Amino acid sequence: MTSNKREKSLIVIQLSGGNDYLNTVVPYGNGKYYDSRSKVNIPQNQVIPIDDQLGFNPSMGPVKSLWDEGKVAVINGIGYENPNRSHFRSMDIWHTAEPDAIGKEGWLARAIRDIDPLGDNVLTGINFGRGLPRALACPGVSVASVGDLETYGLFPDVQDEELRMFTLEAFSRMYGNAAGRDPIMDLMGRTGQDALQGADILRTAPRMYSSSVEYAPNSLAQNVKSISQVFHANLGARVLYTQHGPFDTHSGELVTHAKLWDEVAGAIGCLMDDLKEHGTEDDATILVFSEFGRRIKDNGSGSDHGSGGAAFMIGGAVNGGMYGEYPSLAEAEQIEGDLRSNNDFRSVYTEILEDWLDLDAPSIVNGQFEKFGILQS
Amino acid sequence: MINNDTALMAHLLRRAGFGASRTELEGYMAMGYDGAVDALLNPSDPGNMPDDLIRRYHVEQSELRDLAGSAAYWMYRMISTTCPMEEKIALFWHGLFATGYAKLNQARSLLNQVEMFRRSGLGSFENLLVELSKDPAMIVWLDNNENHGSAINENYGRELLELFSMGIGNYTEDDIKECSRAFTGWTLGNAEYMAVRASKDSIWPYGRIAWHFDYRDEDHDDGEKTFLGETGKFNGEDIISIIAKQESTARFVATRLFQFFAADEVTEAGDKAIQEMIATYFSSGYQIRDMLRTLFHTEYFRSDEARFSRVKGPVEMVVGAIRMSGNYQNPALGIEKVSDTMLYMGQGLLQPPTVEGWHEGSEWIDSGALVERVNFAAKELSDVRSPGVRSIIDRLQASTDDGVLEPSDLADRCLDLLGPIEVSDETHSVLVDYANRQGALDLNGHQPGDSAEQRVGNMLRLVAATREYQLA
Repeated sequence: MTSNKREKSLIVIQLSGGNDYLNTVVPYGNGKYYDSRSKVNIPQNQVIPIDDQLGFNPSMGPVKSLWDEGKVAVINGIGYENPNRSHFRSMDIWHTAEPDAIGKEGWLARAIRDIDPLGDNVLTGINFGRGLPRALACPGVSVASVGDLETYGLFPDVQDEELRMFTLEAFSRMYGNAAGRDPIMDLMGRTGQDALQGADILRTAPRMYSSSVEYAPNSLAQNVKSISQVFHANLGARVLYTQHGPFDTHSGELVTHAKLWDEVAGAIGCLMDDLKEHGTEDDATILVFSEFGRRIKDNGSGSDHGSGGAAFMIGGAVNGGMYGEYPSLAEAEQIEGDLRSNNDFRSVYTEILEDWLDLDAPSIVNGQFEKFGILQS
Repeated sequence: MINNDTALMAHLLRRAGFGASRTELEGYMAMGYDGAVDALLNPSDPGNMPDDLIRRYHVEQSELRDLAGSAAYWMYRMISTTCPMEEKIALFWHGLFATGYAKLNQARSLLNQVEMFRRSGLGSFENLLVELSKDPAMIVWLDNNENHGSAINENYGRELLELFSMGIGNYTEDDIKECSRAFTGWTLGNAEYMAVRASKDSIWPYGRIAWHFDYRDEDHDDGEKTFLGETGKFNGEDIISIIAKQESTARFVATRLFQFFAADEVTEAGDKAIQEMIATYFSSGYQIRDMLRTLFHTEYFRSDEARFSRVKGPVEMVVGAIRMSGNYQNPALGIEKVSDTMLYMGQGLLQPPTVEGWHEGSEWIDSGALVERVNFAAKELSDVRSPGVRSIIDRLQASTDDGVLEPSDLADRCLDLLGPIEVSDETHSVLVDYANRQGALDLNGHQPGDSAEQRVGNMLRLVAATREYQLA
């Protein structure tokens, strides 16, 4: 299967709750890591080595395979100045690209607006999961939020197919033919029709897709499968978003974190296999991020909120490798017991916007940020 | 065909409450319109389950340090209250003095703020601003704990003038500075420690401690200040009393009340109502209750023009549908999921997006939110097991001599009992066609969940899915 000229898409996997960077990209060659993490560490003999200093968490096998193929970029020590350790606020900062003020518009919603200023395609941006993450929210930007692709749309609770069809038909009539009556009625009519249309189109996606890849039954893998189905249905979806968690591992971290990364790495591995099978490896890039990393010292069974984390970009078009320096574990370099981030997250956003989605980045991320060259050909 | 008194009372209850079932409406009808306005504006016992019982038996609403439990608890209060205006005014102030969990990581302090809105939200606006300025959640939200005699932080001072009272263009940058100076020393107990805890958002290992207001005289700038042309050694209360007497404040408060309690857009006739509210603001000594009484009695409010002139906010949408279905009258598992639904529609309680609150009116409508709104209301109101829908079925049967409803009657009476809702001719003909598909409905001998009842549920589903149902 060859892909005809298609536009590039971004797939975002948000790790909610604060992924423990130190146990994800493990500095196993550094004695200070084991000093600080006396209980909650990955033993040297379990790490999947990258080099003699760093290694992946043992649950990240599929990511390591992609790394070996040169398709994984690890962005070390990513964050922003004056780290905020509140989940909500820090996620807000990532979502709005506004570390100082309280931002109003999601960075990806702005990107969607720039891609499709007139909102011609109701599926330019799609979230898989319920509710819209702030990253995709902005007044006037239509983004579909798909809880379950199989039942997405209106009246999903109506089991009787004939009844549902009659109800949808009635809905379509009730939301049509109102132009010029009253602005609110018009808006609702248009929006209702958009929603119907989006649902109708999205429902066709699973039928337009076949693949030998078998995704695991967990929620992330299923959402990623939906992403693949919609992406491969060529509906013009440019931003596809989902999230997984909770990574808030204050206790029992080793078990929980391993399970979560097993699911994340597994889903990423499947997606990349799927893209390869469809010859679309160079048309999608995956961004994986979390709102912050965790405290350097463990608390005996888990780790508390910290700062400085890792982001990943994965895809056929990615120049694989390590980007940015791994933050020092030396006490003099820490901020309040946390890693000092040395790479601004908006650099990665800038890179994605300019070199992948072909947009003007400064207006979206509120400033100029140096790029790493992860996506430059 | 629609009974005018019923329609007017339903309109009042959508504004001063979250809409009303027919049984509730009949209770207010018995008081007459003036009596109903007074009853609504003078809340007594809201009749919810006492907090100590909730704490003991309902874990889903007990963890008040948490956002989820606190939002569910407030939603339960809205669903179960017999004094809907008390919750509606709290929701109004929550949107206007928008304070959010994101920065505080202290949901209990937000619930305390909401309780303050219940207590003081219908009283004097001047007093409300004083309470607001002493509210711990607000102090942290807008950094007044960082506002020191030696170095002012203007965040609260600025928003007090711009977003909470006069509005931009009615004061100078110097006024902001002087206002901020007057609020130095208005902080919370153990402020430094609390700020660290809030920033770390970690309930481990020491938990979070309740916040309380603390005035630190030694941190207060006692010097002379000139604010809006007046000079003196003003403290915060003095500044607020100057703010309260401004014409711009009266207009601001009246307009915001109007847009929440009357109509999204201010028309010429609407502006006349605002003028009357401004007059009441001054004549009553800034009483919110009196301004609303004036509003509810204006010709504008009682006219057809004001009806269905607001897009329901997500909280109104969800709470309104549930009050109609009669579910969740007691705390119950699953209520957190329902309160999440409001978030999916764009309005999470206790988590306004910014200090500017939510953008209302047409901005509630986008394709994601509309799907959530329609699906939620359609499901909630089509379930023939719920007590509210059962009561609608009984009323439908009782409305006929022989228990048989013609298709157009089925449509009309469902519209009536869910509102009354006025719909366009197009919508009406779709509803009638839908009913016609199965001919006349015989409700004689109906049994819970049988096909006759289900037809009522199907019609209610479709009414809940209309554009008109999206409006209040």
